[in-house]
Amino acid sequence: MRKKRMINKFTLYLSLVILTFIFLFPLVWMLVSSLKNEFQIFRDMQSLQAFLPPAPADVEGGYFHNYVAAFQRVDLLRYIINSLIYTIGIITFGLIVNSMAGYALARFRFPLAGFWLGVIIATLIIPPESIFLPLYVLVYDLGWVNTYTGLIVPFIANAFAIFLFRQFFLDFPKELEEAAKIDGCSQIGIFFRIIVPLSKPVFATVAIVLFINHWNDFLWPLVVASDESMRTIQIGLQYFMNEPPIKWGQVMAALTVATIPMLLIFAFLQRYYVQGLTHTGSKN
Amino acid sequence: MKGNDSSAEKLENERHFHQTAKQPQLKPTPPPRKKGKLKSQAFREAMTGYFFLAPALVLLGVFLLYPMGAAFYYSFTDFYILTPDDVSFIGLENFKYIVEDAQFRQAFWNTVYFSVIVVPVQLSVALGLALLINKKLRFRVFFRTAFFSPVVMSLVVVSILWTFMYNPNEGLINQLLQTVGIPPQPFLTSPDQAMNSIIVMSVWQGAGFQMMIFLAGLQNIPNHLYEAADIDGASSWQKFWHITLPGLRNIALFIFITISIAAFKLLVQPMIMTQGGPLGTTKSLVYHIYETGFNYRDVGYASAMAVVFTVIVLVITIIQRVLIKEERG
Repeated sequence: MRKKRMINKFTLYLSLVILTFIFLFPLVWMLVSSLKNEFQIFRDMQSLQAFLPPAPADVEGGYFHNYVAAFQRVDLLRYIINSLIYTIGIITFGLIVNSMAGYALARFRFPLAGFWLGVIIATLIIPPESIFLPLYVLVYDLGWVNTYTGLIVPFIANAFAIFLFRQFFLDFPKELEEAAKIDGCSQIGIFFRIIVPLSKPVFATVAIVLFINHWNDFLWPLVVASDESMRTIQIGLQYFMNEPPIKWGQVMAALTVATIPMLLIFAFLQRYYVQGLTHTGSKN
Repeated sequence: MKGNDSSAEKLENERHFHQTAKQPQLKPTPPPRKKGKLKSQAFREAMTGYFFLAPALVLLGVFLLYPMGAAFYYSFTDFYILTPDDVSFIGLENFKYIVEDAQFRQAFWNTVYFSVIVVPVQLSVALGLALLINKKLRFRVFFRTAFFSPVVMSLVVVSILWTFMYNPNEGLINQLLQTVGIPPQPFLTSPDQAMNSIIVMSVWQGAGFQMMIFLAGLQNIPNHLYEAADIDGASSWQKFWHITLPGLRNIALFIFITISIAAFKLLVQPMIMTQGGPLGTTKSLVYHIYETGFNYRDVGYASAMAVVFTVIVLVITIIQRVLIKEERG
């Protein structure tokens, strides 16, 4: 009996280790190869050395020579800044607009409130992919191609975010607002001075969900930001893959750079993200 | 270039949306002051409500509902980006062409193939990982983080990385296979293997995400159910079948819907890794729409396909919703 349990435990951990290898080896290879020169990358692939950083004696021109070269070859910094403007713009305006809408739907009684809620939830089903073409024509007519406005404005209102905010505000105790009303605070004052500061978790969750979605966006920036100076990082990465000479070390360095912001978000804010996930999972 | 006529028309449309969104705000006549406080309070509440809701409604109207309607309208026209002033109504011509279009048919079946394999495989991998991790383990957080880590990379990053890993001559995967004695595989360059290679990568990238949702679901199953089953002498297989699975049903169905829809939207992976090749074996529906619209500038035909695509996604969603309701009822 005891022996059987030992064997069970052994197979359990063995399979966990194998799975860990499967899920981690591409990541490790990417990170490690970004520190090596081309010769080392191809030589090391023959052995487990592929997953180990280069020996200090082997390094010429510093560990980060591929990063330096990648930043020199194209304006990676510009792409990163564009991505940050794009995502932070959507988050800033998105938090204001969507939280206000969620609050309206959770708190006020007004004609057609139920109808609008239904419309907003129904828009969740529309696949964004199916409206990109007419959206592009619209943005073109507005003269917004290759502008931050064109990148950001169409994605400020977000039905999913409105829904999350509404769910949160529904559970919010009414007493606080009523007390403030008696003190003569206006509705707008109540919202921005009392509700918003007390709703940090839901704001954090929505901000993170928006950041992850839009940092990774591909199709919309690809069509709207065709100009090189407007490219986001996800579009800019393709340069290293398509334009010869193709240097594997530089590719891996660029990929790592594009991943770092997401890595930071997950490292420090994972709690909010998982909360958001489980919330959506259980509500549906 | 767009002519003035059509852009004026567009602005007109846009204004129309502004109006419909704001109308109710303007409509109610201001209540006479003498008539009690109640009515004016209700009016003020409605005003504030619309003040808070209007920005989102206007934006959704202009940038989501209007394009939706425009796609529907374009699908009955021969709208071609280079000649925007010369748009004529051609009835069902675009839709008739869809039926004849061999490329559309291939893209459709490629997408179906991708979805039919990815959905069950990713669902079971995610569930399997969650079950493995949901035990008292040493290094549990480490394993969980490892399985989740591909999610942190964007689909673009992952697609580029795996293109190099799949490289038939110098790629990492072939090098690893060789050390185990397996001959090099062509992967993305072979019509037989390209789509399957994309499938493997997609499951690898996405499963950790659903694993987290499953984990949350597992923690919501009350422990006393398992304790009671232990007292009754249930085997672990029985416990899994009668407690764990029913407890996860709603979450599993939710994940099932999200993966199916996401799979049907397949675009980034083939666009970056294979450009739809070899021989069109990895061209997806959305990719075909994209090429028709943005490369060949045939907005009318692309919109017709987008309408068909939307209908397919809607049908999938509705069928699955109905199934969920039936099981709940």
